[in-house]
Amino acid sequence: MTQVEFFGEPPPGIDQDWLPGRLIAIEGTDGVGRSTVISILKDYLEAQGWGVVDSGLRRSPLVGPGIDQAKVGHTLDPITLNLFYATDFWDRFERIMLPALQAGMVVLADRYIFSLMARAIVRGASREWLEQIYGFAMVPDQVVYLDIDAEDLVLRILERGFDYWESGGDYLHEVSIYDGFMVHQREQLREMSLMAERYGWDVVDARGPIEEVFEQVRLAVMPTIEGMPQDAR
Amino acid sequence: MVTSADFTDLPGRLIVVEGIDGSGKSTQLDLLHKWLKSEGYVTVFTEWNSSPIVRDTTKRGKRKQLLTPMSFSLIHAADFASRTHEQILPALQAGVIVLADRYVYTAFARDAARGVNRRWVRDLYSFAPPPNLALYFHVPLDESIRRIAAARAEIKYYEAGMDMGLSEDLQESFRLFQGRILEEYDALCDEYDITRIDAAQSLVNQQLLVRELVEPLLEDMPKQELSRVPTHLQTGLASLAASAAGGSG
Repeated sequence: MTQVEFFGEPPPGIDQDWLPGRLIAIEGTDGVGRSTVISILKDYLEAQGWGVVDSGLRRSPLVGPGIDQAKVGHTLDPITLNLFYATDFWDRFERIMLPALQAGMVVLADRYIFSLMARAIVRGASREWLEQIYGFAMVPDQVVYLDIDAEDLVLRILERGFDYWESGGDYLHEVSIYDGFMVHQREQLREMSLMAERYGWDVVDARGPIEEVFEQVRLAVMPTIEGMPQDAR
Repeated sequence: MVTSADFTDLPGRLIVVEGIDGSGKSTQLDLLHKWLKSEGYVTVFTEWNSSPIVRDTTKRGKRKQLLTPMSFSLIHAADFASRTHEQILPALQAGVIVLADRYVYTAFARDAARGVNRRWVRDLYSFAPPPNLALYFHVPLDESIRRIAAARAEIKYYEAGMDMGLSEDLQESFRLFQGRILEEYDALCDEYDITRIDAAQSLVNQQLLVRELVEPLLEDMPKQELSRVPTHLQTGLASLAASAAGGSG
């Protein structure tokens, strides 16, 4: 059973105290390999007979299309962007994650509120304000953090190419996108490391090949999942 | 950025109107707007739920009934944030008069009526500059329902609070939900420095009161040369006062 606990005041409309499922957040910066790890982990767990749902940013039917559209024009200021993502997060929580937890499934969240907060903090938003807003989020059973440094990270980006937002294009004034990426990612990684310590996350070294990263993640999450009621399987 | 500090130095003036639909607040703001323009003041008008970036998402959410109390609250905050960043703050920095049809108090009232934590909503909007003048146009519940019913073909799902499950019946739900909002507004008037205007009195008398309240804020506000004001607006307060004295309204 998962105790329903929120970071701040409980939001309206959620009346359960306990949920049979498990909520596991996989955190990590852009391009670190979260989605690949989650996809492998999902297959692995499903093969074992667990019900698994994954949910990633911008996939909310309410907000997803709106964010994508707004990001094209690079018109978003940090506060609006953050509130867009907060809406997206909440919509996915109510629509996807919560029902899955009620149904006794494993929810693999591809990023949680922490990435959203880190992005806004490096863009100058107040940490206190962000913690107040994201008080609506349910405390996950476990957070696994894929840790990497900017120098190793950038090597994975080279082939797929650089992204405006991942390189802090909206707030930095670096001449090259490479410099922007390095500055922005270093800042973001620093924020995430602070959070990892503060919230006591399980930290996985994400510099190695994907098989190694997956194995570390698997070892980290299995105790959480194996504690679930057997009839959930 | 989100700090509560640096609002004090803003040279502009922020005037906001609040009230439930049918209270006449938009009409009053419009009349104020015309008067200020006729006097040569530079004004910026902003309206609730109108950000070009966010509006479409809110619309889709309403049309497909995708919104719940929390997502309703968050998406409206996103809309407001976008307008604050692109419209309201720059205009206040430029030292002009900003006229807002609905402000943060709309969210405070509606979201609380939907059961969202009051403290949380106030924190959510802490990036909003406090207004220099906030006017609440108060109408009793029965009167506002009569006005809306007269003006609309039908009451909308979210304005009736149908997402709250208060009643299966649209009319009944609307009455219950608007009643809750009125209670929230009443409490807000005590909590904040909001001036209550009796919207049951004549339109012209209300406007005279509004202009009286606004006038002290106009000191130091930049004015355009009157020659640049469209002639059809060069009427001013005098004619309105005359018409009030003449007993119209």
